[in-house]
Amino acid sequence: MTSDHAPAFVAKRTGLVRFISTYGQEVVIAGAIIALFVLVSLVSPRFLSANNLNTIISGNAYIAVAAIGMSMIIITGHIDVSVGALIGVLATISGTLATAGYPVWIAWTLPILIGVGINAIVGALVAYGRIPSIVVTLGMLSILRGGLVSITGGAWINDLPPDFHLAQQRLLDIPVPIWFMVVLTLGAFMWMRHTAFGRSLFAIGGNIEAARAAGIPVERRVVQVFMIHGAFAGLATVLFATQLRVIQSTVPPNLELTIITAAVIGGVSILGGTGTVIGSTLAAILFSAIGSAMIFINVSPYWLRAVIGVLILITVLVDIARRVREQRSAKR
Amino acid sequence: MTWHKLLRHETILALLTVLALVVLASQSDKFFTLDNMLNQGRLMTEVGLIAVIMTFVIITGGIDLSVGSILGLVAVLLGVFWKNMGLPLPMAIGLGLMVGTLAGLINGLIITRFRVPPLIATLGTLALYRGIAEGISEARSVRGYPDWFFVLGQGQFLGVPVQLWILGVVTLVAAIILGTTVWGRGVYAVGHNETAARFSGLQADRIKLAIYAASGFAAALAAVIFVSRVSTTRSDMGTGIELDAITAVVLGGTSIFGGRGSIIGTILGLVLIQALKNGLSLAGIKSDGTIVLIGAVLILTILLSNLFHRNGNR
Repeated sequence: MTSDHAPAFVAKRTGLVRFISTYGQEVVIAGAIIALFVLVSLVSPRFLSANNLNTIISGNAYIAVAAIGMSMIIITGHIDVSVGALIGVLATISGTLATAGYPVWIAWTLPILIGVGINAIVGALVAYGRIPSIVVTLGMLSILRGGLVSITGGAWINDLPPDFHLAQQRLLDIPVPIWFMVVLTLGAFMWMRHTAFGRSLFAIGGNIEAARAAGIPVERRVVQVFMIHGAFAGLATVLFATQLRVIQSTVPPNLELTIITAAVIGGVSILGGTGTVIGSTLAAILFSAIGSAMIFINVSPYWLRAVIGVLILITVLVDIARRVREQRSAKR
Repeated sequence: MTWHKLLRHETILALLTVLALVVLASQSDKFFTLDNMLNQGRLMTEVGLIAVIMTFVIITGGIDLSVGSILGLVAVLLGVFWKNMGLPLPMAIGLGLMVGTLAGLINGLIITRFRVPPLIATLGTLALYRGIAEGISEARSVRGYPDWFFVLGQGQFLGVPVQLWILGVVTLVAAIILGTTVWGRGVYAVGHNETAARFSGLQADRIKLAIYAASGFAAALAAVIFVSRVSTTRSDMGTGIELDAITAVVLGGTSIFGGRGSIIGTILGLVLIQALKNGLSLAGIKSDGTIVLIGAVLILTILLSNLFHRNGNR
């Protein structure tokens, strides 16, 4: 793990080489997105229509937003398999508030606070209860999923007030979800890179004992990171809950795995200590672009998941090969 | 030292299980009938087979998220081999078991040859195997299996459900291998400190390869039993079963970091979960409410176990 490095730890090299070796994964994914768009638009020019681009990017922006928080969790050396269920619970709370006649801004913001609160408990169990995060969040997954269905009885929420649909609105002619995604990604990226708090996440994930010796309050940080992750899950919920006319009491199956995958394909090392949120956002866009491309080039959508599986494996293998090569050249 | 710790966790778990059984039995007089017990065993088998082998996987410090997808893939292929390709059913079953083992072996190869962390490798194959199942089946189900096939999932032998015999044999063999053989000690060694294990001359990669292949085989066997029990195949079979199996294993005291755990613990975990599911539903609580309780029990058990020995689950 010590051989992986966070962007700023890389020894100084010059210009382009340094840029590519620091942001290799991000460059690869951006290249893959561009290649995909070019190839598919050759077969079917309508792929590049404004309408379709909008569906690809803004329809899945909530996954990118949730993947930002997930990246922070994984960089710190933890994991959260309950985030999909959390988004489902928060979406139902949001919809219930809206239909109960509360002002929409309360319906939008209260779920974020609840997300922070729930994840504060998760973080405390991980940091102070010393239970591995996969165990706590596995338990939380059951609690949230079971709780949601037993309280709602599986009923959908549909008579939502018209001004509730934040994700369908535009600001300066750009859909609101795209604003959310871009601003949050860039903000989180700068914050993780340039603040002491942000840097400490890489330190904890890279070598927890060294981080502790350097005076970082590790336990408190872990709780805080889980709370921040909860806030991102809440923000993702706002986009997810307000994009359709109905709110179902279930979320897309395997949503947590999709979010984790976006983070990992985006270059966040599952061993902790490295990665950026720009990569995870690009990976989320790549996923939804592939899904849409398959429809345009007439591949049966039944094969979508198989394609994503192959993609995950290829990206991970390429990433590992790249790291091995870097380690060798670093040793020389 | 290790045994001491193991016993502690398993004692807590056994006490919890007994407590749950007593409380649940007082809620409904149907709970403690032989019929109900055996029927619950039937329902427990598929998760049980997977969880027993998952215990090995987690003891080596790994994880296998793809088992639910392997289950779905083998179920779909069973239908395709038998109905679409016209193979005799026993041959289709044999081929299905081979495909499952191969799928597990591929997991093992990705993990050992390319050093991909197990969580990521099996996350990828989770999507891949389920994707292949969906692509092949295109949401069509296969029905109309011959009567003799249903014996496996619905029949009885000496008054006990057939699949419970299978689970019993697999559990016994697994417990003996893990608890009493040199190979079994090697599994713990690899999970406890892989580098040290390698320096001691253990072939860590071979051990892992065998375990992931076995995990695929267990999922395939669970698929055959599942199909026989519900009389149909669908590509979404087994979705989420990996989390149920992991919950049972972890509840049973196996450390998610590897190096520690037992088959007995896993079986106790399975029984506790199944008893809660069944007992609460007999007491009139919906199954979704039960899931909440299982989540809480999982967290609380590990928390308690950590409180009792401060060096607990690290």
